[in-house]
This record gives sequence, structure tokens and C-alpha cells, in this order.
Amino acid sequence: MIDARHLTKVFHDKKRGEIRAVDDVSFHCEPGRIYGLLGANGAGKTTTLRLLATLLKPTVGDATVAGYGVMTEPSKVRASLGFLAASTALYGRLTARETIAYFGKLNGMDDALIATRTKLLADELEMHEFLDRRVDKFSTGMKQKTSIARTLIHDPAVLIFDEPTLGLDVMAARTIVRFVRDCRARGKTVIYSTHIMSEVEKLCDTIGIIHDGRLLATGTLEELRTRFAENDLEEIFVKIVTGSGKAAA
Amino acid sequence: MKTRDILTVYFKELRDTLRDKRTIITMFVIPTVVMPAIIFGFGFVASKVVRQARAETPTVMILGAAASPEVRAALEASPRLRIVPAGDDYRVRISEKRLRAAVELPDDFDAALARGETAQVRIYHYEGEIKSGFAAGELDRFFRDYREKAIQARLDARGLPAALIKPFDVARQNVAPPEKVGGAIIGGFIPYIIILLCFTGAMYPAMDLTAGEKERGTMETILCSPIGRTELVLGKFLMVLTGSLSTVVLAGVSSAITIPLGGMFFSRSASAVAANAAASGGTMPLIDPLGLMASFVMVLPVAVLFAAAIFTIALFAKSYKEAQSTVSPLIVVVILPALAGMLPGVELNAKLALVPLLNVSLVCKELVSGVFHWDLLALIFGSTCVYAAAALALAVRMFNREDVIFRT
Repeated sequence: MIDARHLTKVFHDKKRGEIRAVDDVSFHCEPGRIYGLLGANGAGKTTTLRLLATLLKPTVGDATVAGYGVMTEPSKVRASLGFLAASTALYGRLTARETIAYFGKLNGMDDALIATRTKLLADELEMHEFLDRRVDKFSTGMKQKTSIARTLIHDPAVLIFDEPTLGLDVMAARTIVRFVRDCRARGKTVIYSTHIMSEVEKLCDTIGIIHDGRLLATGTLEELRTRFAENDLEEIFVKIVTGSGKAAA
Repeated sequence: MKTRDILTVYFKELRDTLRDKRTIITMFVIPTVVMPAIIFGFGFVASKVVRQARAETPTVMILGAAASPEVRAALEASPRLRIVPAGDDYRVRISEKRLRAAVELPDDFDAALARGETAQVRIYHYEGEIKSGFAAGELDRFFRDYREKAIQARLDARGLPAALIKPFDVARQNVAPPEKVGGAIIGGFIPYIIILLCFTGAMYPAMDLTAGEKERGTMETILCSPIGRTELVLGKFLMVLTGSLSTVVLAGVSSAITIPLGGMFFSRSASAVAANAAASGGTMPLIDPLGLMASFVMVLPVAVLFAAAIFTIALFAKSYKEAQSTVSPLIVVVILPALAGMLPGVELNAKLALVPLLNVSLVCKELVSGVFHWDLLALIFGSTCVYAAAALALAVRMFNREDVIFRT
């Protein structure tokens, strides 16, 4: 479960002054559900997710991930989540097996358990053919599968995806989408950040629209359609971020 | 602090680094192959140049001595000089290396000697030009012998003994053991090389494990794992330290093998060198082996200091290239105190023992000469450890700063 309460992150820049990257963001996501964070580039999605993953500390506010506070137990938070983003790359000079084992060890797993989980994931993701090859020789699809295996090796309760299909071809993107659905089916708590409307429509149970660091609207797709009297998610998004549309009474 | 996590990171980084061509070149190829090749290459070229210069009979011009057939004949008879016809352009010809040297004598040089007067001999040569220098040396030797003969003739003519002008002999006897002589000659050079290798060995792994990871996007991946930042820094730091120390050790081992071999090869008297080495009980007869080992021990905290300092600086960079442009100029900062330690007259004292790098440079110079000042050794080792610990603490602190890790 994820519970974010009034998360705020302020950066200080010499030239631009104070930047409020995330401003009073609160949301909640239960196990077995996917929460979609929808926003344009620079809206504050990545910063919000980095706050949840304890990569950054909130200026104001707090959050709990799988029951652990991001401020008080950051290590346990990270042990409970899998974080997959376009910016989380792999070590090119390691093999897929070595990469998966490395992250297993960092999650406190012993060699026997790592071997069992690696086999299971390699079966599911059809990775056996390239498991012992170096990552820098991989195709994008192979890299994605290795990243997924790296994220799942410790079987985390919470999964965070930040623009996971960015720069991927159709087939690789479909692998990701299928994998996210599987996570939901297994009862994982999933946060999915993207700017691609179709992915949100396909995947997310709840949608949070973020703009300029503020969460402007939250609800299921149907709720948003009803509230803004608009069927097309893109139109709803534009109405919300431009402030041109009022929610229907 | 979890030792298991530190070791997990360390062994992963070691494996990763050993598969990186750039780091392998700096850590292994340069100290074990390139450095000895440079030493050999330089030695080979230098010995060839000197051998060729010595083999040449230098061309010499005689200026003046128009009425002095005796000295002229003696010069022309010398097998070590080739006399060429005189000309006014001797300065130009010496400068253009078409003539090695010229000797100017008074026209009545022979007569002046016969009269018992002092005649002036002037040798023209080109300072810094090796063949011209050899020619001037040959002329020096010729006229020294010629003067000795003239003196002897004057003494004989007056029936005086040779002891009249040589009332006593002066002989110099060296009491310094060979390692002290070696320490004085090359003692300053060894710490300079060790410090430089220590720095370059740390440089590439440090940049790769910080800025390189940021650039490749793996930094965020590892930060998402449950490992603590301190454990992560220490694991990476150990790898940088390994890079630094292995470079120094490999260079040391490689030099210990190649330098004596090079000496044997270039001296053309292998048996003499081997006998000398055997008599000294080691492969490095000119320096104190215990002092050399102690120098490596003294360099340990320096390696820690370099590893932590470069790690911290490279952490600020967004890319490997940016890290390179920030870290590379620091070589000058490292070289200056190491060079200052080589200057004659800069002696180790309690104040200088607190100056980082200069202190190690000076003490290593003493150590390889077999001089052990235990109080200063303790002070230097202790102070360098403090600097190294401070640098490591700073590295951990910087790694915990969001604006450093996520600098955009």
C-alpha cells in the first residue's frame, strides 16, 4: 500500500530561485490496484516517485510505502519496492544473471533463493537464451526484460514505474504493459507514471493528473469522464491543466 | 554498517572494473608494460645517442698558432681529434653542428712555452650539445696532458723534483653505503613516481564509479536498492583504493624486474652488474630495500586520501567527460609538492611533516636512503591518516546530498 500525504519538494536554484517541483501532493493506492500519475514533461511525476522511493527527502509532508515511513525507515521502504524507470539503466559490463544476482544480494537474499527466483523470472520472461550474456550487447527488449527481472528479484509488495515505455518500440512497450498487468493480478501495489494517455486508459484503476507539481484531479477514468463531461482522456487532461473546463456538478 | 553490503558492492565493482578496457589500461597496462617500455625505450635511445657520440672522432678547428708547429703537430697527431682547415665562420659552423669545437691559441704558443710564460688557450663549443661537449672534453684532456708535459720539461730543465709543485695528494673516500648514495641520487624520484601512480591509479575507477554511473543511468538504479549510502560509498571507495594501490604495486614489481634487467642490458657488462647485485643481496643495489618497503607503507594513507578526494570531486560531475576535465588538472596539484620534495635543501622537519604529499615525498626520500626518523614517520603517517579519514567522511557526506547526486 502507498499513502502519500501533502508531499512537497522545493529545490533551490541559483538562477531560477525557489522551484516547487512537488506541491502538496496526496494520494493513496491499495494492493492489487494501479495508480496512474499522468502529467506532461516537467509536471513533477519523477520527483514525486523519487520521494516515494526515498531517493529524495520531502521538504514538507510524508508518505508510507508498504507500511514503512519514507522519512523514518527509508531502507525498509526501498526493500519493499521495485523501481523501474527509463532513467534506471543496467550495468553494461555485467551479464543479466550477474545483474539480477547483484540486486538480490543487495536485498539481503541468499544465493540459493537468488538462483530459484532467477530461474522463475527467466522462465516467465523467456530470458534463458541471453541470461549469461553481457548486457551491453542486448537489444532494447532484452534490456527491458532484464530490468524487470532486476526489479522483481526480491518479490516486492510495491512497484513504481516511471515512464517505463519511454523510447521503446511497440513490442518492448507491450512487454512492459503486460508485466504491469501481471503485477496487479498478483496483488502488488503499483504506481505508474506516464504522459501517454492510451497507457493510462489501458492500465490504471485510478488516475491522478499532475501539473506544475500539483495534483489537480484524481479519480477513476469513468469518474473523470463524468466529472468533466468529456469522453476523451486527452481532452479531459487539457481541460484540467489549462483550467479551461470546470468539473460538472 | 553492514560489511556484507560493502563487500557485495566492492566485488561487483571489481568485476565490472576488470571488464572495463579504459581502467585496465590505466591500472595494469601502463604500470606493467608502458612504464618499463618507456624506461627501456628512453634508456635504449639515450645509450645509443651517447655511444654514437663517443664513437665519432670530433672535428676540431685550430685558430691561431701560426708560428707554433709543435702544438699544431701534436693536435693533428691526436687520434681522438680530426683537425679541419681554419675559417672565420667557426662560430656559425659549431652552432650548425658542422663543426664540433674550435681551439684558439696565440700565434707564438710554442715560443711562449719555451720562454716559460703562461699562454692562453680558448676552447669554443656549444653548451648542451652532446657531441660538441665531447669534443671540448677531448681538447681539455689534450691540453691537460700537454701542460703536464710542459711542466715536467721545465722542472727537468731546472733540475727540480716533481714533488715541488705537488707537495701533497688529495684522495676522496666515500663512507656512505651504496643505498645511501642511491637514496641521495634517486631517492627523491621514487616517491614522486609512487605518488603520481597512486593518483592515476585512483583517477579512472573514481570517475567511472561516480560520474560514469550517473551518465549511464545506473546510479539511480543502485540508489533504489535498500543498501545504505555509507555502505555504497565504502564499497565503491574500496574499489578506487584497489585501483590506486594495484597500480603502485604492479609498477613496483614491474620496475624491480625490468630496471636491473635494463641496467644489465645497457651496461654491456652483465656479469659486472649481476655480481654487484649479488653482492648487495638484492635486485636494487642502490636503494635500501627496507626503506623502499616502508615507502610503500607510507603511501597507503596517501592512496586512501587520493581515492576519497577524487571520488568526492568526480561525484559532482554529471558525465565522465566533465569529471575528466575537473580531475585531470589536479595532477599538477599532486606533482608540485612531490616535486618540491626533490629539491635540494628541502629537509624534513616537524612543520613540513604536516604538509600533505610534501611530507610523504620527503620522508620516502629519507627512507630509501636508509634513514628512519621514527618520530617524524609517526607524525606523517598519523597526519596523512587524519587527512584521508576527513576526505572519506566528506565523500560519504557528499553522497548523501541530493543536489550532488541528482545534479542536472
